[in-house]
Amino acid sequence: MDGHPEISGSQVSGQKRKATLLLADGSLFVGDAFGAESCAVGEVVFNTGMVGYPESMTDPSYAGQMLCFTFPLIGNYGVPAERDAFGLPLHLESDSIKTSGVMVQEACDLPSHWSSRRSLHDWMASEGVPGISGMDTRALVMKIRERGVMAGALSTDGRDAAELRELLAASRSYGSMSFLREVSVGKPVVYGSSDRTVVLIDCGVKLGIVRNLLERGFRVARVPYFSGYSDVMSYDPAGVVVSNGPGDPALCAEPTACAGRLVDSDVPVLGICLGEQIVAASQGARTFKLKYGHRGQNKPCVDVTTGRGYVTSQNHGYAVDRDSMDGTGLLPWFVNADDGTVEGFYHESRPCIGVQFHPEASPGPYDAGFVFDRFAAMMDSRGEEVAGETIRRMKR
Amino acid sequence: MRSVLVNPNIATIQTSERFADRVHFVPVTPRFVADVIEEERPDAILLGFGGQTALNCGIELAESGALDRYGVRVLGTPVRGIRVTEDRGMFKQAMTEAGLSVPRSRQAYSPEEAALFASEAGFPVMVRVAYTLGGKGGGVARDRGQLKEVVERGLNSSIAHQVLVEEYLGGWKQIEYEVMRDASDNSIVVCNMENMLGMRVHTGDNIVVAPSQSITNREYHLLRSASMAAARKCEIVGECNVQFALDPASERFHVIEINARMSRSSALASKATGYPLAYVATKVALGYDLTELKNKVTGVTTALFEPSLDYVVVKMPVWDTLKFDGVSRGIGTSMKSIGEAMSIGRTFEEAIQKAVRMQAQPPDWTVRVAQEERAERVLDRLKNPTDTVLFDVLHALCLGVDAPEVARLAEIDPWFIGKLKKVTEVRGRLAGGRATAELLLEAKRAGFSDRQIAYLCGLDEDGVRSARRRAGVSSVTKVIDTLAAEWPARTNYLYETYNAASAEARPTDRRKVMILGAGPYRIGSSVEFDWCTMMMAWSMKKLGVEEVVVVNCNPETVSTDFDMNDRLYFEELTLERVLDIYEKERPLGIVLSVGGQTPNNLAVKLRDRGVNVLGTSAASIEMAEDRKRFSTLLDGLGIPQPPWRTCEDESAAREFGRAVGYPVVLRPSYVLSGSAMRVVWNEGELSGFVKRAVLLNPEHPVTVSRFFVDAKEAEVDAVSDGERTVIGAVVEHVQRGGVHSGDSIMSIPALSVPAPAEAKMRSYARALAAALRIVGPFNVQYLVRGEDVMVIECNLRASRSMPYVSKATGVNLIDLCCPAILGEGLKASEDVPPPRGFMVKVPQFSFMQMHGAEPKTGVEMRSTGEVACSGASFVEAMSKALVAAGQRIPSAQDLVVALPYPEWEARWAVPALEKFREAGMDLVSPVPVEGAGRVVPEKDVLEAIVQRKVSLVLSFNNNVNDTPEVVKAVARRAVEFQVHVVTTPEEAEAVLMAAELQKRLSTLPRRFSDSRP
Repeated sequence: MDGHPEISGSQVSGQKRKATLLLADGSLFVGDAFGAESCAVGEVVFNTGMVGYPESMTDPSYAGQMLCFTFPLIGNYGVPAERDAFGLPLHLESDSIKTSGVMVQEACDLPSHWSSRRSLHDWMASEGVPGISGMDTRALVMKIRERGVMAGALSTDGRDAAELRELLAASRSYGSMSFLREVSVGKPVVYGSSDRTVVLIDCGVKLGIVRNLLERGFRVARVPYFSGYSDVMSYDPAGVVVSNGPGDPALCAEPTACAGRLVDSDVPVLGICLGEQIVAASQGARTFKLKYGHRGQNKPCVDVTTGRGYVTSQNHGYAVDRDSMDGTGLLPWFVNADDGTVEGFYHESRPCIGVQFHPEASPGPYDAGFVFDRFAAMMDSRGEEVAGETIRRMKR
Repeated sequence: MRSVLVNPNIATIQTSERFADRVHFVPVTPRFVADVIEEERPDAILLGFGGQTALNCGIELAESGALDRYGVRVLGTPVRGIRVTEDRGMFKQAMTEAGLSVPRSRQAYSPEEAALFASEAGFPVMVRVAYTLGGKGGGVARDRGQLKEVVERGLNSSIAHQVLVEEYLGGWKQIEYEVMRDASDNSIVVCNMENMLGMRVHTGDNIVVAPSQSITNREYHLLRSASMAAARKCEIVGECNVQFALDPASERFHVIEINARMSRSSALASKATGYPLAYVATKVALGYDLTELKNKVTGVTTALFEPSLDYVVVKMPVWDTLKFDGVSRGIGTSMKSIGEAMSIGRTFEEAIQKAVRMQAQPPDWTVRVAQEERAERVLDRLKNPTDTVLFDVLHALCLGVDAPEVARLAEIDPWFIGKLKKVTEVRGRLAGGRATAELLLEAKRAGFSDRQIAYLCGLDEDGVRSARRRAGVSSVTKVIDTLAAEWPARTNYLYETYNAASAEARPTDRRKVMILGAGPYRIGSSVEFDWCTMMMAWSMKKLGVEEVVVVNCNPETVSTDFDMNDRLYFEELTLERVLDIYEKERPLGIVLSVGGQTPNNLAVKLRDRGVNVLGTSAASIEMAEDRKRFSTLLDGLGIPQPPWRTCEDESAAREFGRAVGYPVVLRPSYVLSGSAMRVVWNEGELSGFVKRAVLLNPEHPVTVSRFFVDAKEAEVDAVSDGERTVIGAVVEHVQRGGVHSGDSIMSIPALSVPAPAEAKMRSYARALAAALRIVGPFNVQYLVRGEDVMVIECNLRASRSMPYVSKATGVNLIDLCCPAILGEGLKASEDVPPPRGFMVKVPQFSFMQMHGAEPKTGVEMRSTGEVACSGASFVEAMSKALVAAGQRIPSAQDLVVALPYPEWEARWAVPALEKFREAGMDLVSPVPVEGAGRVVPEKDVLEAIVQRKVSLVLSFNNNVNDTPEVVKAVARRAVEFQVHVVTTPEEAEAVLMAAELQKRLSTLPRRFSDSRP
């Protein structure tokens, strides 16, 4: 890996529009522009999944971030527009692109797939999201791996490195910002019909979570992140899911307070990703920021209660501190087999579980879908059965 | 734990000393393996690592109770699971139970039954012939008329008079998953792959891309989950390959098959990802869980993960169909290719162009598409793909055919066509304009070589190289690390790309040597050179070389295992790429003598560009390969050679033919079609061959030499340091001269060569080594007539027979010559003593798979594999080797078919046929044949073959150019039903000797100690 701060992505510029990416440490990448002609700032992160760019780019957890795909060919199958039986888009996790910028080796301009409606470029252009291609994405990944995630600025509108430097200097740091307001619903939205309702506290939920709950026969009430305990209980919920979402869990006071009361009241609770961190925090555990996060579809997690391993889909930059869980009633359920970090917990005396990975997949492998079944089982017992028992009973 | 290996393949590294504790060079058949079990009393057996042969053998051993009798446990996937994957009916049921769909199909015993299915399922339908091999008689039927025809043909070639009619999925995508599953039901997918030519072409003959490119996240993971469900249902423990057909217009898919073993695809997946599939599968079979194993590439992360690729891998098959007469070049549902190259790039364009250049004789498509050809012909080939399908697609695009039209005709996903279209657009720009810095970069990023750019721009290769380097356009080294750089890697598994900016794995300053491998397997260059490459690498390390850098591009080899050498460049063996790597690495020098002819051919070009060639000098290599200079050298040394002449036109060739008498051997320097070298028996044949197949003019002369019908052939493998020469062995060919050495049955020690002749061979080899200042391995080929010895050729590199000679004598010739290559001189000077017993090598042919190919031998090599077995006597060793090569040894009363042969063979043929009759075999012929027995109508002979009543076919038509129709028909039918066709009287007599031994022992020798002599 080149030690120089300046890395030229494109050795010679072609006819195409130029794109410039500047990192907070001064590293400069030059490549070809695609998507919108604009400028963006964000925390630069990478994802190692080889498929699923539409799902990733619309994942609200990426709000405030610019995403680098490590797989070099992105956009091959265009942007699919299929919807499922519930009317939810099958390949998109929200109604718009959430990443502020995209970095790829190659953006496919001749996509091919029966479900494709438009190219990656057209989609990003219409949503105002800039992209850079023809750059050494692997070099960028190695830089982040070695120095940790950092802010970056990307221009496709001719702004040069000096201008980007100013822009970066003027922007707020990712860790100091709350994105909940921009990714959560403003008022409740109800999906499906059933006599059993799951309330989904929306911190930037992926539609795949909604789909998984609907598929299990529940009505889903998606409520704003700031909803209080009584707002939630007004639905007479069978259970509550605290969703995934962007940003530092420490900046999620409202959902943390609400989750705490729900858990204390023995309402079955499932926290996913940011939601897992929020539920953990509500019980007194602490979270911390990982050096460069876990983002990909190949993440190994071991169920410590059974020894079984699962390949999971992940997208998180923060994690629950294992030591801080002592005395909270939370016990480790899953650990990351690569670095030993906590990937999930269950409550020893209450119907409460949390997973750091994405059991809804989208994108990624479906192996962890059973987490929703555990949650459904806790709801079936109407909160009578504590999570530890559910998990022991349903050991696979 | 102690390991016992059963494998008669002499040329592999697997059967070398450093791996298994014991090696048995015996046939992988239930009988022989049972003998090994009885002797070794193993606790357990692994069935999934030796391909279909080992799997079949294992199932039979289990079912016959042999494994239970000796208390041998099957490790890994249990036999009942394997059986589900092997039995069509059980498989269909199991998959249905697992909730997975399989293509609709039914068995039919008549055209009417088939039509009934077709009317339910709709046309087109696929007809497969049951109980035949090689897929003969099957095919696609698009309407009732075609169906009737295909079914009738199929029923006639099936023993059971049965066909399978199934839903036609030709236009569907063919996607494969490599699943690793442990006994605790943890499973992962190590790699998925997409077959560019879809379902209509066998994956072995397909252009395979890893990972899949044209499917969505949902499709990827739906198939992934299905592959795991299928593996669970079949109780896989270890590794398996699951194949799917995916509708290109919906998410519908079918499971096609599961291979419950390591396969060609697993080897590819292993190299494509860096995930050591065989290693982990073995650990899992031994009872480890995936959660307990580490990722060997990072050393810290777990083996329970799924590799993430940040590059694209393309596998291109190598077909070599031109070596066969009569063969159809069409590709379809049965596999014909005999090797493959794998390339790695950061764009598809880069990877596929590399893959094309990695072929043994790269057909430069940029030149090819410049040839004028009618568009209809090109489009017609798209509809009926052949081994040139990729070039036909490029050609069609260059001719201006619309990309969607090309995609439709070729049934290739438009994504791939779009990429290839971009390649042709860059070609257009190169051909049309000035090679600006921008254009050079664009071309390099699209995968063009300097040579292609030079051709298109009208420059020379060196000129392009220096121009682009002046423009700052150079390749960048990247690492394959299984996880897209997310964690640091410990290994140096490298490739070069132009689609990157910063290099990784910077070369070290250590004392290092670069070794070139052999590239893809093809006829004449196979696993033996992988052995040579690795032996050289290991010898170098033993002699204190600090770092060995290997370049090779064949995913089927040990030399491309990511942890075998200090640094591995999975790269092209072209002048451009070798120079790129050499300049980065700055090694002490480069070894070109262990990778066969491909690296050898680079010697002069590399030397001219300042590369230090280790071992024999490029000048010597040049001299040995230049017919004229080599001949003069032989004359100067007083070494006899067959009379020969270079002819620049046909009349000169005819004149030579008349002067020395026919037959003569023709070696054209430029061949238009068919094989390069052949024996012609009269002037008419000479003219015909020259007119039909050869470009003959002063720039492309033909070498004509006298051919001796009655000569024997022998060869010597030796090593030298230019002063001292050590001869490894004198190897005698069983067949008379005129059978390519690669297709001959060979014996060590020599069998019948008189002592004075053997002494001459040794002394000529020494004289040549001294005269050519040979430093390293070499091989000399001889003709022997009585005590007279003539030199045919001398190769200044390790030969194909190097591992055979080394293992037969117990002296590793590569180890022996390595110090000489490093400039230290040979440590020995005595010739290697011959082994106590015999070791006999027998070739294996793949005529069955080469549709339409005539099963024949001649001066061009056609075999695709070999085995060698040892024994106390020649007959014992040979008998075992014949069995190991899959041949059935006939016994008295067996039906043996004798076919007509040319009159020049009569001298040898008649006595051989008589011996068959004396041995009590029922010798029949479709037409009267001198020496054979009764005449039976041709159609009855053909039917007898189908009914498995014929043990052997004797067709002494070695080097015959115009094979009679009856010979073609019967011999072809024979190979399709796995009846061996003997092509020379000498081989026939060898088979008879084996038959006699079999009779005498009632069975072949039963007990062998460690079969390494």
